Amino acid sequence: MCRVVDLQQAVLAKNDACAHTLREDLAARGTALVNLLSSPGSGKTALLERELTLARDRGVPVAALTADLATENDAVRLARSGVPVKQILTDGLCHLEAEMLGGHLHDWLPAEARLLFIENVGNLVCPASYDLGETLRVVLASVTEGEDKPLKYPTAFGLAHLVVVTKTDIAEAVSFDEEEFRANVERVNPGVEVHLTSVRQGIGEGVLLDRALAARDGAPVHIPVMTRTSHHVHDESEPQPQDEHSADLDTVASSRS
Amino acid sequence: MHEMSIALAVVDQVDGAARPAGATAVRSVRLQVGELAGVVPDALTFSFQLACAGTVLEGAELDIEPVPARARCGACARTWLPGMPPRLTCPGCGGTDTELLSGRELQIVRVCWHDTAPHPPISQEC
Ligand SMILES: Nc1nc2c(ncn2[C@@H]2O[C@H](COP(=O)(O)OP(=O)(O)O)[C@@H](O)[C@H]2O)c(=O)[nH]1
Ligand SMILES: [Mg+2]
Ligand SMILES: [Zn+2]
Ligand SMILES: [Zn+2]
Ligand SMILES: [Zn+2]
Repeated sequence: MCRVVDLQQAVLAKNDACAHTLREDLAARGTALVNLLSSPGSGKTALLERELTLARDRGVPVAALTADLATENDAVRLARSGVPVKQILTDGLCHLEAEMLGGHLHDWLPAEARLLFIENVGNLVCPASYDLGETLRVVLASVTEGEDKPLKYPTAFGLAHLVVVTKTDIAEAVSFDEEEFRANVERVNPGVEVHLTSVRQGIGEGVLLDRALAARDGAPVHIPVMTRTSHHVHDESEPQPQDEHSADLDTVASSRS
Repeated sequence: MHEMSIALAVVDQVDGAARPAGATAVRSVRLQVGELAGVVPDALTFSFQLACAGTVLEGAELDIEPVPARARCGACARTWLPGMPPRLTCPGCGGTDTELLSGRELQIVRVCWHDTAPHPPISQEC
């Protein structure tokens, strides 16, 4: 017999459930998780080291966990801030998942930490699909990566609670067009805040820490359109002729490969 | 690529539903994949074959149902197809109070399996 079964299960249901539990467990101990996503080399470690150092100077208890495919270099850099730091080696896995993260936290996370920063694996595709139980998801892009980065990685930028531009000290040298970058972010994630930073010039110092602390203390966090999904059941009889393609002239040529 | 992780999650869930129900071989799995789900269908199909090896899903076919993104403006009620890369601001009034009607699906919808061994002489296609 061949049996047809309507299963109706979300593929990421298990990760999402783990993330939900983690978020609640952390909230119960007064810790909020901040998930940092970017391409390799965008400046996650450099920005995080600066913000962790600032937290220590201000006496705000925080901790950080950095995930990498192989080396422990980033943990060594972050540890210079003086706050508790842990390295996760993913052994080739290109993203963190909530269950994996939870396993690393239970016997390490300092009880007093108000914020736990996670430097995700450098990759703008895979980590975007995995909720880690974060209160704030921050996506970084350096000025050297091009203004169209948000259009090339719409899921990553589209799900960000906050977008941070890094290395603005070299913006002029690479002719970074801030307006165009902002317009591209707005297109995939209307209303999300974009902040400019440079660790070389001390620009935007504290912005990550301040936003994270505010979110931890209950300040409203941006809700991306991509997470504002409808629970409207599709009715086949419903007329939908008013659908319009939004293919603007500049994006008609599909960039999908 | 995380398609292998996604494929393993699919296999895990289907296995968890099929084996307790007495399934001996899963023939096919139908999956909805939204345009904005962040998953590459070809990579997923490839990973799925590997992930099925040695399980009750060995040899099962992955039937991917693509779901286009659709959006609606909260201000002027216009609906549109955001396309790729998606345009999530309203093309009519420029509003940003957008609701995504579809496009983020990553959902197992249907599974076909055999639940008697050995296979019956006249096998039905599913
Ligand atoms: N000019 C400049 N370089 C930076 C800045 N932040 C980071 N970098 C450099 O960018 C490179 C990658 O930074 P890193 O923090 O390791 O990036 P990650 O891979 O995202 O963690 C390093 O050589 C950093 O020194 C910045 O604000 N300005
Ligand atoms: Mg790093
Ligand atoms: Zn991937
Ligand atoms: Zn990957
Ligand atoms: Zn509108």
